[in-house]
Amino acid sequence: MSYVQSFVPIWTAILAIGVFLYVLLDGFDLGVGILYGFAQDTRARNLVMNSIAPVWDGNETWLILGGVALMAAFPLAFVIIIPAVYFPVAIMLLALVFRGVAFEFRFRDAAHRTFWDHGFFYGSIIATFAQGIVLGAFIQGFKVDGRQFVGTSLDCFTPFSLLTGVALVFGYALLGSGWLILKLESGLQAEARRHGRWALAGVLACTGAVSVWTPMAQAQIAERWFSWPNVALLLPIPVITLALAWLVWRSLNRSTSSFGPFLGTVGLFLMSYLGIAISLWPMIVPYRYTLWEAASSPKAQAFLLVGTLLLLPIILLYTSWSYWVFRGKVRADLGYH
Amino acid sequence: MHLDPLILSRLQFVWVIAWHILLPAFTVGVASYIAVLEGLHFWTGKEIYLRVSSFWIRIFSVSFGMGVVSGIIMPFQFGTNWSRFSDATANVIAPLLAYEGLTAFFLEAAFLGVLLFGRKLVPAWAHFVAALMVAFGTLFSSFWILAVNSWMQTPAGFEVVDGRFFPADWWQVIFNPSFPYRLAHTVVGFYVTTGFVVLGVAAWLIRQGKFGPEGRLMLSTTLWLLLFLVPLQIVLGDLHGSNTLRYQPAKLAAIEGRYDTTSPVPLTLFGIPDDKAAVMHNEIAIPWLGSLVLTHSLDGEIKGLKEWPADQRPPVGPPFFAFRIMVGCGLMMLALVLWGTVLRRRERYVQSVAFLCCCQAASMLGFVAVLAGWTTTEVGRQPWTIYGLMRTADSVTPSLTGWNVLLTLIGYVLVYLVIFPGGGLVMARIIRKGPIGLDNAAIESGRPAQPVEALPGTLIEATTS
Repeated sequence: MSYVQSFVPIWTAILAIGVFLYVLLDGFDLGVGILYGFAQDTRARNLVMNSIAPVWDGNETWLILGGVALMAAFPLAFVIIIPAVYFPVAIMLLALVFRGVAFEFRFRDAAHRTFWDHGFFYGSIIATFAQGIVLGAFIQGFKVDGRQFVGTSLDCFTPFSLLTGVALVFGYALLGSGWLILKLESGLQAEARRHGRWALAGVLACTGAVSVWTPMAQAQIAERWFSWPNVALLLPIPVITLALAWLVWRSLNRSTSSFGPFLGTVGLFLMSYLGIAISLWPMIVPYRYTLWEAASSPKAQAFLLVGTLLLLPIILLYTSWSYWVFRGKVRADLGYH
Repeated sequence: MHLDPLILSRLQFVWVIAWHILLPAFTVGVASYIAVLEGLHFWTGKEIYLRVSSFWIRIFSVSFGMGVVSGIIMPFQFGTNWSRFSDATANVIAPLLAYEGLTAFFLEAAFLGVLLFGRKLVPAWAHFVAALMVAFGTLFSSFWILAVNSWMQTPAGFEVVDGRFFPADWWQVIFNPSFPYRLAHTVVGFYVTTGFVVLGVAAWLIRQGKFGPEGRLMLSTTLWLLLFLVPLQIVLGDLHGSNTLRYQPAKLAAIEGRYDTTSPVPLTLFGIPDDKAAVMHNEIAIPWLGSLVLTHSLDGEIKGLKEWPADQRPPVGPPFFAFRIMVGCGLMMLALVLWGTVLRRRERYVQSVAFLCCCQAASMLGFVAVLAGWTTTEVGRQPWTIYGLMRTADSVTPSLTGWNVLLTLIGYVLVYLVIFPGGGLVMARIIRKGPIGLDNAAIESGRPAQPVEALPGTLIEATTS
């Protein structure tokens, strides 16, 4: 079983990077979907949607990879967590259906455009909220007996998980506004900056509340953060987070800064992600099973690792290329001649 | 009122996969068709290939989007509703599912954007490569997903420790006994399904009279392809059947409607199966033919379902009837293709209204056959999720109540009843407009400028009329 020891860290890294890429990539396009609901007119909606039309599908693919890689590398976590968040997962999936087909349907089905517009907006915001509930339920932990989840399907809905749901809606909206600032110009860009400021305020309020609530509710997490010398070692995390928040605020207000809001928000997400990871390490089923206990057999991990190490760089390469092809501002005037 | 989470979970799985399977059944074939058309355009430079290709790209984009969103739902079903199955099998099947994501989904997703919106943004060869990559992606996806499905039907290369399955030999896991046959039979089935859709659309375009050359091109090339593929599919089906006889005899007995072991075996054309009494009522059968078809000898023996304890028998009705529907579709397809080939003399196949109408009527035949074939193989596997080793009843998530599943099932039903007819209407609209040339909306726009705003009919019609 010594192999397990060596594969688990690398699978942890791959999964961590995969989930983070998903959160960033689908995060910004779900966020764009949320802001879509606040676009003023048809022209604005077209531009907002077009800013993600060629790339959203690839972004969402990371969700599938996250799901099946979790099942492959840490199956015990998959079979406990997914049933425990039965309803949020189902709601997310159904919301993603609406949102995903809206790209084509809205374009091809002018007669029902308003319906698909709503589908895109509500699909985006509901999917995000459901993901936030999954996150909150994950931090709170699950009722487990042996290899099974033994709570009820409604356990995951708590005041805390509703708060993380709202937090994620603001978080994705902030990412989305960062993306729109990159892709749009003039008036619409200013609009995105204005939405970004609202989203940032929401993010800060919610993240603050979550950060206070979590250690209060979970003694282990409080112990991890506030015991000596951890408190000194971990101090940079809240400090950097606050500095990044200030940077994002400043770049949202400066019309010359196109990249600032997006990059700063990526930093904010990274910090929050690190914060959760530090809180829960080395648990994959919080407070019950560690990464090592939940790991699949070395033979399964090794078999998938070979292909993953080979294919993931290639995937990143051609995905970057497809982003490169669609680089630059979305412009309406290049439309029809 | 007692609601059984097992039955409801099964219903939910049937519902989400039955709709989903229709999309790969179409997109696998049409992705290859688009790649061929793009290749022909790239090398010959003829405009007509571009028009036809752009036409199918528009239809593909709608079906692909629906395939993606309904496909994301599938792997999560393993976790939400079948967690005990997942716990038992994750070590074996999850790496295969992950490979599907790594080799197929990313390839499709990244190059789809370029295929749909990038024609003017990348060199012509790169656009052709994008079309090829999307096509390869759909085929890789079929490879892995059918490896998983086949392993559930004919498990191999594994060892069982504490009731859970672990990989022993990956080669045997992937290339398990039924995999090569299932892969070939399914992928050819997908190509044939697409072929008949193209045939039907081409026939309609010809009859409209507006897009004669395009319709004729589609009809002619597809008819040649089908003349090769339909007979091939019948041969593959026969091989697949022999494989089932060897590795899943109870399923074969259900398909044939045989409760008693006999030899020689007649071929039952029709009957009303009665699982309780284990008899076939109102049977119409042809003597000897069953043995001949199944064992390729006149007195081959076929085991009847009574050889198995009652709790290890699949229900006979669904596989029995679904199989006959599938074979019926296949025979109708063969007849239509042969008729069309005969009509090729002196170009009559583009003039015969009767033939064109039949092509239109047959355009959905492939989907019926795919669904029927899938029903045959999946219901025939019952009562097992892993044939002979793990029961469906032992696979369901223990924490679920009937009400939980009923609620999500209602959700999936309602959403799919909006999405799928909606998608069908959107595709019908694209077909009605015909191969009008490049989708200006998608191409002239520089960086993804205006692909999404429809230009509600007016502009497109103004530029084309």
